Amino acid sequence: MSRRGRSGASAAIPDAVVGLRTDAEQWLRWALLALYAGFLYAFVLAPMVQVAWRSLLDGEGGFVALANYLRYFRTPAIAASITNSLVVSSAAMVVTVVLAFVYAYALTRVRLPGRGAFRLLAMLPIFAPSLVQGIAFVYVFGNNGVFTRLTGVNIGVYGAKGIVMAEVFYCFPHAMLILVAALSAADARLYDAAATLGASRLRTFRTVTLPSVRYGVMSACFVVFTLVITDFGIPKVIGGKYSVMATEIYNQVIGQQNFTMGATVSVVLLVPALLAFLVDRLVQRRQYALVTSAARPLVPGGGGAARWALLVYCTAVAAAVVGIYAVIVTSSLVARWPYDFSPTLRHYTFDTIGGYTPLLNSVEVAALTAVAGTLITFGGAYLVERCRSPFNGALYMLSILPVSIPGMVLGLAYIFTFNAPDSPLNRLYGTLAILVVSNVVHYFTVPFLTATTALKQMDPEFESVGASMGVRFYRTVWRVTVPIALPAIVGIGMYFFLNAMVTLSAVVFLVAPGTELAAVAVLLLDDAGETAQATAMSVLIILIGLGVRTAHAVALRGVTRRTQAWRTGPSGPPARG
Amino acid sequence: MADPRPPAVALEGIAKKFGPVVALRDVSLTVAEGEFACFLGPSGCGKTTLLRIVAGLERQNAGVVRLAGRDVSRLPPGERSYGIVFQSYALFPNLTVARNVAYGLEARRAARARVAARVDELLDLVHLRAHRDRYPAQLSGGEQQRVALARALAPSPTLLLLDEPLSARDARVRVALRHEIKTLQRRLGLTTIMVTHDQEEALTMADRIVVMHDGAVEQIGTPQEIYDAPSSLFVARFVGHMNFLPATSLGPGESRVADLRLRHRPVAPDAGGAVTLAIRPEDVVLGPAAREAANRGPARVAALQFLGGYTRVTLELAGVPGRPIDCDVAAGALPEAGVKEGGEVVAALPPDRLRAYPGAPPAR
Ligand SMILES: Nc1ncnc2c1ncn2[C@@H]1O[C@H](COP(=O)(O)OP(=O)(O)O)[C@@H](O)[C@H]1O
Ligand SMILES: [Mg+2]
Repeated sequence: MSRRGRSGASAAIPDAVVGLRTDAEQWLRWALLALYAGFLYAFVLAPMVQVAWRSLLDGEGGFVALANYLRYFRTPAIAASITNSLVVSSAAMVVTVVLAFVYAYALTRVRLPGRGAFRLLAMLPIFAPSLVQGIAFVYVFGNNGVFTRLTGVNIGVYGAKGIVMAEVFYCFPHAMLILVAALSAADARLYDAAATLGASRLRTFRTVTLPSVRYGVMSACFVVFTLVITDFGIPKVIGGKYSVMATEIYNQVIGQQNFTMGATVSVVLLVPALLAFLVDRLVQRRQYALVTSAARPLVPGGGGAARWALLVYCTAVAAAVVGIYAVIVTSSLVARWPYDFSPTLRHYTFDTIGGYTPLLNSVEVAALTAVAGTLITFGGAYLVERCRSPFNGALYMLSILPVSIPGMVLGLAYIFTFNAPDSPLNRLYGTLAILVVSNVVHYFTVPFLTATTALKQMDPEFESVGASMGVRFYRTVWRVTVPIALPAIVGIGMYFFLNAMVTLSAVVFLVAPGTELAAVAVLLLDDAGETAQATAMSVLIILIGLGVRTAHAVALRGVTRRTQAWRTGPSGPPARG
Repeated sequence: MADPRPPAVALEGIAKKFGPVVALRDVSLTVAEGEFACFLGPSGCGKTTLLRIVAGLERQNAGVVRLAGRDVSRLPPGERSYGIVFQSYALFPNLTVARNVAYGLEARRAARARVAARVDELLDLVHLRAHRDRYPAQLSGGEQQRVALARALAPSPTLLLLDEPLSARDARVRVALRHEIKTLQRRLGLTTIMVTHDQEEALTMADRIVVMHDGAVEQIGTPQEIYDAPSSLFVARFVGHMNFLPATSLGPGESRVADLRLRHRPVAPDAGGAVTLAIRPEDVVLGPAAREAANRGPARVAALQFLGGYTRVTLELAGVPGRPIDCDVAAGALPEAGVKEGGEVVAALPPDRLRAYPGAPPAR
């Protein structure tokens, strides 16, 4: 048989494929893809375009090109917020990552007693709104703080110093989790090699440990930097006159009703967050090659004198975290911190804000966010991953974009988009639904990537098996894909719930009479001088978070035993095949 | 030959591109009803892609797929009536063996009792009834494969597609599974297409082999035809063991290798062009039988390799250095042939067994 003009043949092959007859199932796939694309368009792309567009208009809606930006950069009081933001974010980033690195190193590389407890205690700040740490620092180091009163030393906590201190606490668990993961993924073979070559401990640390975790460290840096620069709660309660970009947006929008300038600052705030996001994506892409399948996990070693030093260090950090939370709990239970320590429950009546409505709203919004968010992120990841269409690349990009949108910016964008009388979605405005949507979008990226990873780990032929037997794809999803991914799915729901309970920035512009939320109530109570009620509310938020997290752990153990029985290995000797 | 029924599978001019990469070009072939066909070729030549186009899981850029005479090119996978076993098996890890097998039946809303009966029937067929309530992770590799087979067969398809079903197994298990699949196929009389890159597997199992190379069909024939009369240098090299000698053509049936003039089966290149002569090790004649034969010449025995039933003798033909040829001699015939390592011997390359292909031989 001849080769029949092999090189020439490719030119004759048409670019289009022979399309299959479009059956109901295919229509359904396309409809779902269109629905998902519509969601991303309406709640991510269009609002962001709105913000950018509004920054180019004046207060009356006339086009002024870059005039707002010029005014921003030329008004010293406002322009200072840029430098201030960069300063506190960089400082908090360095301090947090250094502290968290040592802590994570102790947890993963040294056989420390009570490692589990240390890890748990350091996680506490995840369950609280960011501004609570700000309040606690005011309670301790403020003009009337216990430390100030006991020692007579006022460290001047209002301003950059206080912001950095509180942000370090707030960001510590986030950095620690990333660094623990990076340090756990070490390859013991490298350490064996270093020991064989007679390298000293210090030299081993410098030549083996640091290079192997540098991507983890970079990732932690980006995450902390982004968390701090987009955080609004802490600078608001402890920043005093020290203005950062997030508080500037708040002041422009809420204080001065200057939406145009709010949009302008928002667009500028997008720049560092987007940059951090892009660089992080690049770094992550190179990280995977690091641990090969031949790698052998590292077993924590003894550690000698360093072990004692690390134990002291971890105890100190854990004690500081516990101390901060003890202050929060105590202040909510005494008559008047720090003057009158007689116990009382009266701060828990929330008389000034009408009782428990905000808390109940928060739980409702968090639960709805968990359900809707899990459905949309997992469904979206499935559609992007498994249903071929020419738009999947664009949908993927739009799906991971939200991580770079600061909550304040998202909230402002939603005001522009949904508070417009001509918007088809303006009925959403002022409802719990818009709070749910903004939470789902704000926390979209991490669950989306989690779901994508879970799907990628699954055999892509599961769907093909179903298709070959005429089983509808949604049936295979329900019977196979979802059950296998259940642990990831439950984790996603948990992530949405906990974050929706504590977030402030994404919802502060969107709450309306009747849809007050607990985290916003903390802010308003603190603003109104009802600080004890603010901490009382925070304690309840933390308790709900901890309760749900514990219930989840217990339930998961039961569910795993029943539905994930198949994960076990061979039971008994396998028959010969 | 005058079979009035249409072939079970007919592919006409199938072409497939992945972006700029051409995976298949102008592939046409037929598979008769009840036949066991193998797509054979090196990794990356497009076998899986072709199988998936038959299955409707991949869409071709050009060409027609007919199953039992019906044009199914535009039908979704579920309407083509075949069963498929993937290379990974793709067993549902969260469902028991029985529920895996029942998967394609339940979707058809068959009565529960009927489904259960059919599942038992299939589990009996693959001897796994005792394991019906286990999960796939609790089975050995061979058992998993039989579950995948039972699942594919459950909806009573008219065509069975297998993508490298044996490649992930160790050698001993592989041979047993070969036999098992083949027996099952015979018993059910089921038209089957199996993809493999293992020529031995194809030779032992197939009724017909489709050798593929670089996205195109290289040769189609029975295992015997493919082995005895490879139609191209590629097939000659890919299937079975073959000796190659670089030669210069002296005419349609004669070539020169160094100082030897050799007659061979005719090819039609221009006289003086480069050709490659090819002969199987078992076709080379040694010792007394070679003394009167055509195409003979002196040779030195470079090495002996005992392989049980036969011995592989490596020869250096006089005047053809650096091109050793292998020659298989049956265990009993070795003393008679007078072969000793380092010794001299007469070797003959029978003209009717010596094939010639245009072009230089493949690099060794
Ligand atoms: N989904 C795909 N996208 C891009 N290229 C593909 C895809 N599937 C297969 N190919 C390419 O098509 C060619 C044939 O692949 P395949 O059919 O899997 O080969 P085989 O099964 O013979 O090993 C290879 O070059 C492969 O890289
Ligand atoms: Mg293949």
